[in-house]
Amino acid sequence: MANHAEAQAETLALREQFDTAEQQKDASTLGMWVFLITEIMFFGGLFLAYTVYRDIYFPVFALASSSLNAVIGAVNTAVLLCSSFTMVLAVRASQVGQRNALIIFLILTLILGVAFLGVKAYEWNEKFQEHHVPGPTFHLEGTGQQGEAQLFFSLYFAMTGLHALHMVIGCGILTWLLIQSWKGKFTPEYMTPVDIAGLYWHFVDIIWIFLFPLLYLIDRHLGK
Amino acid sequence: MSEHVDSVRTYAAVWLILLALTAITTAVAFVDLGAFSVVVALAIAVVKMLLVALFFMHVRHSTQLTKLVVVGGLLWLSILLTFTLADVWTRGLIGTPGR
Repeated sequence: MANHAEAQAETLALREQFDTAEQQKDASTLGMWVFLITEIMFFGGLFLAYTVYRDIYFPVFALASSSLNAVIGAVNTAVLLCSSFTMVLAVRASQVGQRNALIIFLILTLILGVAFLGVKAYEWNEKFQEHHVPGPTFHLEGTGQQGEAQLFFSLYFAMTGLHALHMVIGCGILTWLLIQSWKGKFTPEYMTPVDIAGLYWHFVDIIWIFLFPLLYLIDRHLGK
Repeated sequence: MSEHVDSVRTYAAVWLILLALTAITTAVAFVDLGAFSVVVALAIAVVKMLLVALFFMHVRHSTQLTKLVVVGGLLWLSILLTFTLADVWTRGLIGTPGR
């Protein structure tokens, strides 16, 4: 019974249902992109809600937006871009089969990801101290429209919160990749998990690339 | 595997451009450009998105099918944004019968 399937043993890089390893890799990439498209629509709804309410309640949204710390936002953007750079170098290291470089770049990415979350936590803590968290004790200086100001901060916490949740999940994925890399599971023939995790990490970066100007910057020139 | 491996130099160049664009968009935000502030901020964000997607996410080396799916996703997003904003921004332009 020496049939075709037995003649060629099944590997991680080439599962039985695929003709070639390249076909399997393309299928994985495509599948991840389809998932990322659903994520685009998920965040897209929040971006849309923000755009509509900023349009309707413009002066208050501009005031609330200007109360955020643009410099901290910019620094955090830089931290996240650096983490994307180390992530892409991790993917490259796995492509060329450098196990040690892969582990080092994954650790660096993880550190930068945690640093981003730390800065985010500092910012949120500041919001609690300034009474900028929607609720009974909410107060934003300089406006009588407290309800509309709370709407801005509700969207702020929903958008940055969901983004931070994605970062936490991303850090979990990185930790798993790190353990697998340590065990030497990835080779140039099979590094799909590293590649797919890279797509996810860069996607979360892109979401922040839009969150940063929309929440922190676009009404900054109007002054407080 | 026959996939494309980009050089570290390419990635480093993209990374430095991304950092420079972040500095520029932050600095420009404090300059009064009127309504153009939003346009400039979003234009820079789109350029950054393209750099990350094309280089870091390897879209430029991806299969035609993957590229089609990516563009398709952006198309669906634009439908969501365009149709909703077309409604919101044109309310009150014409009278509502019976009101």
